[in-house]
Amino acid sequence: MQKVIEVQNLTKKFKELTAVNNLDLNVYRGDIFGFLGPNGAGKSTTIRMLTTLINPSSGTIKIFDKSLKQNRNEILRKVGAIVEKPDFYGYLSAYKNLEILGQISGCDTSNKRIMEILETVGLEKRAKSKVKTFSHGMKQRLGLGQALLHDPELIILDEPTTGLDPQGMKEIRELIIHLSKEKQKTIFLSSHILSEVELVANRMIIINKGTTVVEGTVQDLLNATHLKVTFEINEIEKTKSLLAETQWQKKIESFGDYQILFLLEKEEIAPLNKFLVERGIGVHSIVPKRSLEEYFLLLTEKGT
Amino acid sequence: MYTLVKIELYKIFRKWRTYIGFMAIGVLVPVIQIAMYFQGAHYLEFITRSFKDNFVFVGNLLNGYLIAYIILGSLTIHIPFLIALVSGDLLAGEATAGTYRMLITRPISRMKLVTAKFISGLIYTNLLVLWLAIISLGLGVIIFGVGELIVIKDAIIIFAQNDILWRFAFAYASAALSMSVVCALGFLFSSLVENAIGPIVTTMTVIIIFTIFSAINIDFFRTIKPYLFTNYMSTWQLVFDAPIDYDEIIKNLLVLAGHIIGFFGITLFLFKRKDILT
Repeated sequence: MQKVIEVQNLTKKFKELTAVNNLDLNVYRGDIFGFLGPNGAGKSTTIRMLTTLINPSSGTIKIFDKSLKQNRNEILRKVGAIVEKPDFYGYLSAYKNLEILGQISGCDTSNKRIMEILETVGLEKRAKSKVKTFSHGMKQRLGLGQALLHDPELIILDEPTTGLDPQGMKEIRELIIHLSKEKQKTIFLSSHILSEVELVANRMIIINKGTTVVEGTVQDLLNATHLKVTFEINEIEKTKSLLAETQWQKKIESFGDYQILFLLEKEEIAPLNKFLVERGIGVHSIVPKRSLEEYFLLLTEKGT
Repeated sequence: MYTLVKIELYKIFRKWRTYIGFMAIGVLVPVIQIAMYFQGAHYLEFITRSFKDNFVFVGNLLNGYLIAYIILGSLTIHIPFLIALVSGDLLAGEATAGTYRMLITRPISRMKLVTAKFISGLIYTNLLVLWLAIISLGLGVIIFGVGELIVIKDAIIIFAQNDILWRFAFAYASAALSMSVVCALGFLFSSLVENAIGPIVTTMTVIIIFTIFSAINIDFFRTIKPYLFTNYMSTWQLVFDAPIDYDEIIKNLLVLAGHIIGFFGITLFLFKRKDILT
């Protein structure tokens, strides 16, 4: 598969602080690549290096198989990006902002194209409104619009749902999936919210303190993790005594009034349920917690 | 480059702060002219009092040319602030607004972007000087009429009416070059920080300090004077000498141009390596 982004030994130091430390990552054509890490992990610094806002201290970045340093303009012609929160010229309209950014990029800035983009992000009715009157969500959508303006092959999105309401988040997720599936774009999606990435990404990397913690397909990482499963039961004391001295005892995380939290492999849920039911325990519900969320916290907490 | 400059000029002229300079000149100069209209005779008598015993002054000496000359002399001290107001904002304003991120992720080189911004700043600067010329000379001639220009330096020099306009054109061009140095300096400071207030204040501080150094007549300051660009900012006054020392004027203009190139070169060098963190 063709690599769209290839990062090797990428390091960025700000005086004494090492924000990104020997980072390696690969993004392939067609990927929705989740770039995860807690706040301060080095995600934005990495994205700023990918978009040439800051210069790496060492390491190499190749995009579309070419060195970013030596082919900056050629590469950026095929890259659209939102870096952190999108800011625009507040004293200009949404339309004018896109027109200016399009002209700088040397792309089609016809009325048809700009209105098409504004329609894509749901801002066509506010085309002539000054951006300073926009809500944060509208600015985010306009940010996505400017990233799509020149029809890029690679779209880099840095926390694109920050500050959006649930409906706004859903719309952005749907747009990301649409861009990937229908328009064959490669998406590099940074976030500190794992569930957001889990819903759309096919591959992901988790970084902490500027270093890779884990990288792989979302599916593999999901399967590789333990589940936190809550069993809701009718008799807690009887269950406790039944479980004592069994293999399940060491899998117990905690007890509630009518709940027991287990840390289990996926395949262990059914046998445990059978074990309880056969011994007359009423199991009212079995609720698995989002495994990757736990995994994420576990990995990043380990690093702190 | 043409498109980039056009975009930058559009952005400059969509900001209200751009018009502060034009409004300030548009208000201040007519106020001076009105004051001179009513009390100019006293002023003229004051400046010619030491020559009254030996000379007889006849004709319309309080004319549009004299008023424009006086205004040019007084405003070249204050116009730098109006220029710094815009040039200090050219790069730092993008940082404050967070729009650097949008601009620098576009497929244009930083060099082109900075050059376009600088050219726009120079255009603004020159338009401001042109506006000063139109208001002070144009309006002055309308209100006061024309006549001979009396200039008092070490000696008294009177220029014939037909020998004046080209001198003003030359003087405004020299003043424009001086103000372009201010623009370049403000632009340099603008590239270093993330807030426009800093470059504006710093530019003015440098100009004030250098001007004070230039004015103090002791050996130490006389030694450093040739290295202070403010020393060359009143080159326009040399155009109103008789005879004109062209060698001195050319040397001064080259020094000013050198400063513009130097300040811009440093800006380019620093900005190409700058990490955009806003």
